[in-house]
Order: sequence, then structure tokens, then C-alpha cells
Amino acid sequence: MATLLAVSFLTFLLVNLLPGDAINALIPIEAQQDQEYVAQVRAEWGLDDPMLVRYGKWLGDAVRGDLGDSIVTSRAVSGEIAHRIPVTGELMIVTVVFSVLMAVPLGVVSAYREGSRIDQFISGSAQFALSVPGFVAGLLFIYVFAMKLGWFPATGWTRISNSISGNLMTVTLPALSLSVIEVAVYARVVRSDLVATLKEDYILSAKSKGLKDGFILFRHALRPSSLTLITVVGLNIGLLLGGTVVVEFLFALPGLGKRLLDAIFQRDFMMVQGITVFVAMVYVVVNTLVDVVYLVVDPRIRKAD
Amino acid sequence: MAGTLLEVENLHTTFTIPAGEVKAVRGVSFSLERGRTLGIVGESGSGKTVLARSVMRLNLGTNVTTTGTAIFEGTDLLTRSPAEMRSLWGSEMAMVFQDPMTSLNPLVRVQRQVTEHLCRHIDLSRSEARQAAVDLLKEVRIPDPETRLRAFPHELSGGMRQRVCIAVALACEPSLLFADEPTTALDVTVQHQILNLLSREQTDRDMAMVLVTHDLGVVAGRTDDTMVMYAGTVVEHAPTRSLFADMRHPYSEALMRSIPRTSLPSHTRLAAITGRPPDLIAPPTGCAFSPRCPYVQDRCIEETPPLVATEDPAHRLACWTPVGSPEGQAAFQKNLASGLPQAVAVDISNPRPPTRGVEVDS
Repeated sequence: MATLLAVSFLTFLLVNLLPGDAINALIPIEAQQDQEYVAQVRAEWGLDDPMLVRYGKWLGDAVRGDLGDSIVTSRAVSGEIAHRIPVTGELMIVTVVFSVLMAVPLGVVSAYREGSRIDQFISGSAQFALSVPGFVAGLLFIYVFAMKLGWFPATGWTRISNSISGNLMTVTLPALSLSVIEVAVYARVVRSDLVATLKEDYILSAKSKGLKDGFILFRHALRPSSLTLITVVGLNIGLLLGGTVVVEFLFALPGLGKRLLDAIFQRDFMMVQGITVFVAMVYVVVNTLVDVVYLVVDPRIRKAD
Repeated sequence: MAGTLLEVENLHTTFTIPAGEVKAVRGVSFSLERGRTLGIVGESGSGKTVLARSVMRLNLGTNVTTTGTAIFEGTDLLTRSPAEMRSLWGSEMAMVFQDPMTSLNPLVRVQRQVTEHLCRHIDLSRSEARQAAVDLLKEVRIPDPETRLRAFPHELSGGMRQRVCIAVALACEPSLLFADEPTTALDVTVQHQILNLLSREQTDRDMAMVLVTHDLGVVAGRTDDTMVMYAGTVVEHAPTRSLFADMRHPYSEALMRSIPRTSLPSHTRLAAITGRPPDLIAPPTGCAFSPRCPYVQDRCIEETPPLVATEDPAHRLACWTPVGSPEGQAAFQKNLASGLPQAVAVDISNPRPPTRGVEVDS
């Protein structure tokens, strides 16, 4: 809760510090000659109030679920978010699921064959992938898979309600672009945790029971090694949200990130404010969920409360 | 039920580390009959755990090499494939580890840990496995087994966990059990219970057991034979009864003397063994114990004494100047006269001349 309060206040402060006047967004330049009209609009939007007063008003509405109206489109900010969230939400979920599905086997193989060529290859590739920003990967994927091979559309979005296959086609490349770094991070985290777990006594004792290596890896070693992964996935949600802004822009997806970017260019402060707070809320919720997942994964924590 | 179950010949285990080759086990031979028990005693780093793991082929890592032979039920374990070993682990040979706090998976319920290998080696239905788990927990004297099956390891006490570990090891009725310091991590009061439990199970099932420990008091009265290890070699190997009645190796004697005794007055200085165990990358020439031995002579430093039978063929010893022999007495007096520190230390802590035969309470 305190996090959300701090985030909303800081955003409010920063948006206020942006050069440019919201009045430019509200009324056309020509109409600004009319000082009386400008003053009237200013009063109407409360632009002349001190910042703290405006923040207080906004907060009062926000806690009741009203994030105000966009000053450009006059539509409710919450409505815009609701309209956009399926795109960004799907993109993020697909990215996280895909990354985890890719990273866990890579990390497991790497840890199981610690120090071998395959481990060196995977670790080396992960190191390389870590240094590839999402937009570079995105451009590369567009070039190879969309333009050269023509497997996927380069830009645009098909809603899942229109066509499931079409939707999957449009989500693949953006999600892949975002996944590159995620896979690398997760694979390294899984590997290092698993390497430590495999040195535990209970792994030796599982081995001495005659269990197969695969069974030991997946049924004994993976769960104790997944706590860091869960933490990192939770923390990376923030990074991923940042990544979606760039990727949505690149692939022209009608998502939240694209909307945020547009709002910033248009000095649509209500929109910027609303989206930022919403994103912060998602982040807080996800990390609370992470704590819940801990309880599910590790029975020792359940005892602690 | 007689017959040799395990025959280990000239076993060497070496770990290659950046600093060199650590020769953890250097030429150990012993044999174990079906249903018999062998105690392996030695201080930390004497190679007892590595020996047990080498025989079971449970040394992890790629930097380990084991040579020699370990014939188990007619075939050499050291030449078996990993898959063949896997079919033996758990079902034919099992191990109880030192620390029950770390040898059970903290995230897996007791029931699965007790029965998962049972289901692999013998085909069991879910309810049969559950019943088997209940029976096993009852067997190791865990009260209220139905509830305990659903528990996680952290919900059990140390003693209970070691009982669970024993249940795990016994599940497939192995013919050979390695107990690697099974009581070292436990409370003194619990130690007795666990050792008695192991002894009882061993007798009831007519299972051979190797009990690895650093505590002579643990093997006394609980094993048929005892092997004293020092620096990766066997220095004395005898029927336990005869070993305690007549300790011949200076190291065995020193181990015995370093057990605190309640019969002595309070504040009696404990007779620790002077010096430190040798560096196993470059073990000393001659007898490995010679740098710490109160009986050391020139010959001990020059020539490695072989493990040979004494007057009693079952009592084997690797020493040039055994305790209680005329050579030993002469060597000790000579060292004392020349002021050899370890001889003087023994003399001060034990004003009476070293005696043969120590009574043990078991």
C-alpha cells in the first residue's frame, strides 16, 4: 500500500515537472488566444490549484477506482486501461510461460552436466543473450521470421476473440523478443540453484536409494532450486512491463505500453498517471502472489507464521 | 547363512584437486560375512566415509578414481555400470547418513521418501505402499505412524528423522547396510536408542552392517569386528572383543585414551592425541602415524608396516612396535628418556605405564 502511495505521488510530481503545459493538450493553439477561455478551462480542470491539492483530489477519486478522464480523448482512464490490458497481459503471460518452459530444461541440463561442453555452451549463450536488448531481438525477429521467411506478421494484433490462431501468430514474435533476456536470466538462476542443491546430502541419499537421475533431478532437486527462480520472475515483472513498452511500439501492438508512450507524447497527464499507478499495482500484486507461491513450494515457510 | 557377502581387496580412492592428488583410501582390504557387523573407527579425515562410499560407488564428482576390487555377492562392484549399481542401491545395499537434518529432502513428505524407492524396486500399489510405510515406521518405533507419514522432515525431531532414514534404508530389505556415523549429529540420549535400533534390526533381519564412527564407544559391544583406520589405511583389524581386550596399535590405544572417563576425578586433563592427521596429498613415508606416535622408532619412519596377523590369527595389526610387546615397551621407555613430546604427553596424562586391556562399558 505504501508502495502504491509513493509511486502515485512520485509520478504526479514527475508529470508536473515535465516541460509543456497540459493546456496545450486541452485546447488547440488558435483557441489559446482567448485568455478568458483558457482561464476557464484551467479552472475547470483545476490546473491552477497547488500540486498537493490536485494530488489529494486525484487520490480521493483513485481510491474509489476512478482514475479520472483522459484530457485528450475524454474517455475514462480506467476504461482505456481495461481495453488495453488484454494485449499487454497476454504478451506478458506468454513471455513468462515461454521463458520458464525454455529456461528450466536449459538450467537443469546445464547443472546436471556442470562444467561439461553443453554447460559451457548454455552458460555462454545465456551470457550473450543477456546483452541483447529486447528491441534488437525484436528487429532481428521481424527481419528473419516476418520479412524473410514470412511465417509471422511483422506488426499488428489480432484479438483472441476474433481468431485464436491469428492471435497466437501476432503474439509470438513480440513474446519471443521479450523472452530472450528472460530465458537467459532464468536459466542462469535455475542452473546456479540446482548446482548447489545437487550437492545436498538428500540428493546423495536419494541416489543411494537407487532412484534414476531424471527422477532425482525433477522430483527431488528442482523444487528446492526453484525459490530463487520464483523471486526473480516476480521481480522481473517490472522489467518486463518496461520491455513491453518498447516491444509494443516496435510491433505496433495496441497495448498498455503503447498507450503510455502515446500519452507521454501528448502530455496526457491523467493517462500517464493512471497507467503508471496501475502498473505499480500489478507489480505489487504479482509480488504478493510470489510470497503465496513460496508457501506452496516450501512447507518450512508455512510453519513460520 | 554363512558365506562371504563383501570382499574388498586393495581398495584405493584418490581425489584429484588443483593442489594435487588426495589419497583418501590407500590400499584397504577386508571381508564381511553375511549377517555380520563391522565397525570402522578413526578420526575425521581417516578415510572411513570415503571407504564406505567407494564400496557403494557413491562418491560424487568426476575427480574421483577408485581402484582395487569390491566383490559383492560374487561380482565386482567397481566394474558395474551405473545402471547396474542403481538396481543394487536401495534394494541390496543401503546407507544411513550422518546428519538426518540434511539427508531427508525438506520439501518431500515422509511417506514419499520412505516408499518411493520401494515402488521402483518392487511393484506396489498406492495403498500397499502406504501400508508398507506405516509398517516401516512402526518397525523403527515411530509413534503414531499414520500422522507422521504426512509430516515434512522439519516437523520431526532429529532422532525421529534418523529413524525415518533408517526406515528408508531398511525399506527394500538390503543384505548390506552402511551406517555412516549415524549418531554423530544426535543428542547423546538419542544416540543410544538409534544404535540399539540399528543393532536390533541388523539381528532381526540377519543383515550385514558396516558401522562407521569416530567413537570407539559406539562399536564396543555392537559389532563383531572392528577395523581401526588411520590416514586411509587399516592399522588394526580384530574381532571387537579381542580388540578391546588387547589393543595393540598405538593409534587404537591413543583413541581409547582420548575418550573422557567418568571414573576419573573432575578436571583430569583429557589425553588428546598430539599433532594433526597427516596431509593425504603427500602422506608420510613409513607408518602414517609415526609423526604422532609415542612409540616411534627409526624403522617406523623408514618402512611401512604391513597388516599381518598376530599370535591370534583373527587379530591383524600394522605396527613394528605394538603396545604391550617387549619392542613397544622398550621403544616407549627410550622415547620417554629422550624427551619425545608425544611420549612425555602420554606419560604425564597417564602416570601408570600404558596397560594392556581396558574395560569398556557397553
